[in-house]
Amino acid sequence: MKKIFAILGILVLAAAAFVAFKMFQPIPDDLDLATTRATDNGHFMVTVSPENAAYQRNTLHTWIVEITTPDGAPIEGGEILIDGGMPQHGHGLPTNPLMTETLGEGRYKIEGVRFNMRGWWELKLAIVAGEISDNITFNLVMK
Amino acid sequence: MIRPLALGAVIGLAVSGAMATYFYLQSNGLNEAELETARTLSLATLRAVPADPSNMVADNPAAIALGEALFNEVGLSANGAVSCATCHVESRQFQDDLALSKGIGTTSRRAMPLRGVGHALWLFWDGRKDSLWAQALGPLESAVEHGFTRSEVAGYIAAHYREPYENLFGPLPAQNTNPASPLGTAAQQAAWAALSAEQQDQINRIFANTGKAIAAFERTLLPLENRFDRYVSALLAGQAPTGEAALTQLEIDGFKIFAGKGACVNCHNGPRLTDEFFHNTGVASPQNPVVDFGRLEALAQVEADEFNCLGPYSDAAPAQCGTLRFMSRGEHLFERAFKSPSLRGVADRPPYMHAGQLATLPLVIEHYNRAMPSISGHTELEPLGLTTEEKAALLAFLKVL
Ligand code: HEC
Ligand code: HEC
Repeated sequence: MKKIFAILGILVLAAAAFVAFKMFQPIPDDLDLATTRATDNGHFMVTVSPENAAYQRNTLHTWIVEITTPDGAPIEGGEILIDGGMPQHGHGLPTNPLMTETLGEGRYKIEGVRFNMRGWWELKLAIVAGEISDNITFNLVMK
Repeated sequence: MIRPLALGAVIGLAVSGAMATYFYLQSNGLNEAELETARTLSLATLRAVPADPSNMVADNPAAIALGEALFNEVGLSANGAVSCATCHVESRQFQDDLALSKGIGTTSRRAMPLRGVGHALWLFWDGRKDSLWAQALGPLESAVEHGFTRSEVAGYIAAHYREPYENLFGPLPAQNTNPASPLGTAAQQAAWAALSAEQQDQINRIFANTGKAIAAFERTLLPLENRFDRYVSALLAGQAPTGEAALTQLEIDGFKIFAGKGACVNCHNGPRLTDEFFHNTGVASPQNPVVDFGRLEALAQVEADEFNCLGPYSDAAPAQCGTLRFMSRGEHLFERAFKSPSLRGVADRPPYMHAGQLATLPLVIEHYNRAMPSISGHTELEPLGLTTEEKAALLAFLKVL
């Protein structure tokens, strides 16, 4: 009896793994999709969120970036430069997104983001606040 | 003993469920990821034509009717024989089957099909226009297309379309119809310079409004359902694709190459099969030395265009001009980059590429398979290593679109 369960269990796992493999083949499974992360040198904590979570391929959309110190104190007067692209295809963003507004309490608006393909995108932010500058790369998956 | 049995039954059901789903999809030739890609390429995901805030009459029925008449109006040309429809023939997917088009003279690029063009973010092969209405003004004043001037357009509208024009845009000022344009011949430019700023502005406004009516009409030209759309709708409805909706195994294999090994979906994606962006794909130049640098030269042109979204003749607030404001200027990328064209109906409209350089689809497939270096700038393509069978399948799939 036990043997049968073991075989059934393995079959279920195999079927699930197979479907998963087929579905997500191109995108690495250990990709860090966290939207709140520390910058490369640990100077800031950054959270990114789309203004409209239902943004679609090939439409312009806006992101809100929240920057704090590692202890959570909002960073005011920061500047953000934006870059990005598709690491698996070796190309950049199809637009030139810009920081267009300072919203207060460490929050900033980035306009002009557009993704023209499905798949794994990187959104790279270079953050400058006073004397300190630091970088962070977020991973996103466009369905 | 009952518990393990129930457990066994549940696991058994789960396994057979997963397997059945998998084999159902396999029997139709697609796995789940491929089915999802297929869905994104089908008309099922086509949204409504996006609003154009720069064109107040974009969806106005009277403007659509006026625009249709103007699209077919040969009076808006230097020889009274050229209209938009000369090169954009309705029964031919609104293109002309020629490598280079014939108007007053010969164009330097291939005419583009217009169905679904209301979805385009940038117009022309190089995207030097940011709206349909601004685009329509280009051919009217091009010496090789309509060969007209904006002052003559204004005069013709006043003489022949006064009523529908005034109903939409208000009273027409009295017009001077001597050929005058800032873009024309030396004589036309001199005539333009002799006009007062107010006269120039009045003419520009009538000219822009003419473009807005034509654009309203073009927005109604929608993509047609193809065999692939029917195939995908059947699969999504959980039905076996039969009859009109059926694809052959070769065509299905071709789709898999399009979405997989061929990486065509990287640039030909979404229901129009275009990413609305510009790429250097190493297409040979018809002229040597190269005179057409594609998107690279269009960046400055669209920015300087007085008829762009941010200009005085646009109805949009600056905040509504995102496409232009956030335009990518990655100049190193754009040398000889051209817009990925929609592939709907592609098999029926050779020759291919921005100047009709490739006469047939097998030549296009060979172009992608080899990925030759670009004559200027850098191609984004890499050789594909397709076998003859794979090329045949890809060709069969392109014919389904
Ligand atoms: C003499 C032939 C000819 C005439 C006349 C002509 N066109 Fe075109 N059309 C072309 C060519 C060639 C292109 C591509 C040119 C380029 O990229 O520089 C084009 C491109 C276009 C595009 C861009 C489509 C896209 O996907 O970007 C639109 C829209 C268009 N034409 C509409 C019109 C309208 C409206 C008129 C009349 C006012 C017109 N055309 C008159 C030949 C012509
Ligand atoms: C890197 C982006 C990119 C990829 C990948 C790509 N294309 Fe294209 N495609 C383009 C561009 C850009 C053009 C226009 C090029 C030009 O005229 O210079 C084009 C043109 C075409 C045309 C001609 C359409 C017409 O109306 O003239 C066909 C057909 C085509 N592609 C099929 C394919 C197929 C099949 C694949 C996969 C093997 C593929 N493309 C992969 C960007 C791409």
